[in-house]
Amino acid sequence: MKTLLPFYKKPLSPGVGLGVYVGLYLFFLYLPVCLIPLFSFNDSIQAAFPLKGFTLNWYRALLHNDGVRRALLTSLEVGSVSAFLATLCGLTLAYARVFMRSRLTTLLSGLCQLPLLIPGVIVGIAMLIVVNVIGVGPSRVALVCGHMLVGLPTTFMILHGRLAGLSRSIPEAAQDLGAREWTTFARIILPLAIPALGSAFMLAFLTSFDEFIIAFFLTGSEPTLPVYIWGQLRFPRSLPLVMALGSLILAVSIVIAAASEFIRRRGKMTERQA
Amino acid sequence: MPFAPSSQKTGLNGWLFRALMLVPGGLLGCGLIVFSLGLLVFLSLRHNDGSLLGVGLTLDNFVTLAQDPLYARVAGRSLVIAGLVTAATVLTAYPVAYFLAFHAGRYRAIILFLVTLPFWTSYLLRVFAWKIVLAYNGVLNSFLTGTGILSSPSLAFLNTPAAVVVTLAHAYAPFAILPIFTALESMPRSLFEAAADLGAPPFATFRRVVLPYSIKGVLAAVTVVFIPTVGDYVTPALVGGPNSIMIGSLIQVQFGRANDWPFGAALSVAVMVLIAFVIGLLRQADRRGEKAA
Repeated sequence: MKTLLPFYKKPLSPGVGLGVYVGLYLFFLYLPVCLIPLFSFNDSIQAAFPLKGFTLNWYRALLHNDGVRRALLTSLEVGSVSAFLATLCGLTLAYARVFMRSRLTTLLSGLCQLPLLIPGVIVGIAMLIVVNVIGVGPSRVALVCGHMLVGLPTTFMILHGRLAGLSRSIPEAAQDLGAREWTTFARIILPLAIPALGSAFMLAFLTSFDEFIIAFFLTGSEPTLPVYIWGQLRFPRSLPLVMALGSLILAVSIVIAAASEFIRRRGKMTERQA
Repeated sequence: MPFAPSSQKTGLNGWLFRALMLVPGGLLGCGLIVFSLGLLVFLSLRHNDGSLLGVGLTLDNFVTLAQDPLYARVAGRSLVIAGLVTAATVLTAYPVAYFLAFHAGRYRAIILFLVTLPFWTSYLLRVFAWKIVLAYNGVLNSFLTGTGILSSPSLAFLNTPAAVVVTLAHAYAPFAILPIFTALESMPRSLFEAAADLGAPPFATFRRVVLPYSIKGVLAAVTVVFIPTVGDYVTPALVGGPNSIMIGSLIQVQFGRANDWPFGAALSVAVMVLIAFVIGLLRQADRRGEKAA
């Protein structure tokens, strides 16, 4: 008689065990990372138990640290410029893929995903060779180029998902009413893609802001925050400072990722209403 | 048809618009990718004579690669470490993806968000977290000595290949969930009922119905975990010690201390060939699976 039960009631029993497993999985997924903020408030230079007492000294030290401030500015600049470029490239490539189907656009949309299939170290050194050949050398420009490439697969996928999900009748209606392709793009497609654009930009920014593997090669005299942290890891004394800085970076990442997800969901809801 | 997407005729204006549309992504994005990879291959065929461009191509770098057993050994170690990491990641991720697809109910959105969140947090910090866990005067040792399980701190945790595997598996854990979840979610629920109607016990349903259906997602998960781990140099440097040097570490050294860019480029080309080979194997497994199904 089992088969007569409605489907959603049937798999309940294995679901409970699985649920416990998922809970444990999430617990261990977050446990090591949670240690960073925990020890950043600990009044000791070592990251070890038992905790020695609560302090905000490490955060205070951060405020007065010039190196950290400069690295933050570099990270913000590189992150926003590379995210802007990655979003622009992603948008135009996605538009081309969806609305100007040809062998060329298929090839381009495949090519732009290539950074996913190449380990970061190779993307990093390939860009290092390029910037040395064209004479720029490791610099902010080099970092922007590298991070744009790493962000591109993400922005393309998000924007392609959005544009491909649009009803074809929307641009067709605009064109039947005499709108040129440019007008259709600027007045119809672009406004509809705004939530996806915001989400793509934020995630590309985060990718750059947190990225270390490539930045290690392309950073010039001005390190980004992750490269600055890497440099500090050699000194046991700066461990607490690194943990305070790391906690702030984690907090920023979580806020931006959550905001991006929120915008994307809202975009989906308006899509359903439209 | 592929060249004429809509009923509208494309005039001069339209062509101009389309050409402009291809400029950012085509030149800035794809152009840069193709140019940099081409340059990488070119450099791998050059002598280390201090200049990046120049005449005179050689296969010497690749000959050294093939002859010196060090490189085969390091490449083998990288493959084993990346293979173990991939296996651990995919095996632990599968039940989570299964739960998300079939049992999560109203918790699905929040769990999905929680498992993708680490993806957007700093990789360096996630690896660093393991360093403070495994260090001699770190979290694990202070916990074990504090509770009396160990009488003195152990050196055995940090600077081992095992530390690299654990750290990488943890850092890439959530990457595997999404592709498997996507594959499972697209499975029609009626297949469960069909299997049950035909008298299949739950395990047989899983092995004969669910698993084959999700194999595409599993292979995608293998790809997204294997590629970044096989070329990683950060984790071996932070928690691995001298016995865990991976192929990515060797590449990094060529562009730093060793200062032999052409040889580093040759190593990179070799890694890309290796990855292409692995992806080819996976594709073939996928096709064979489809034929069998």
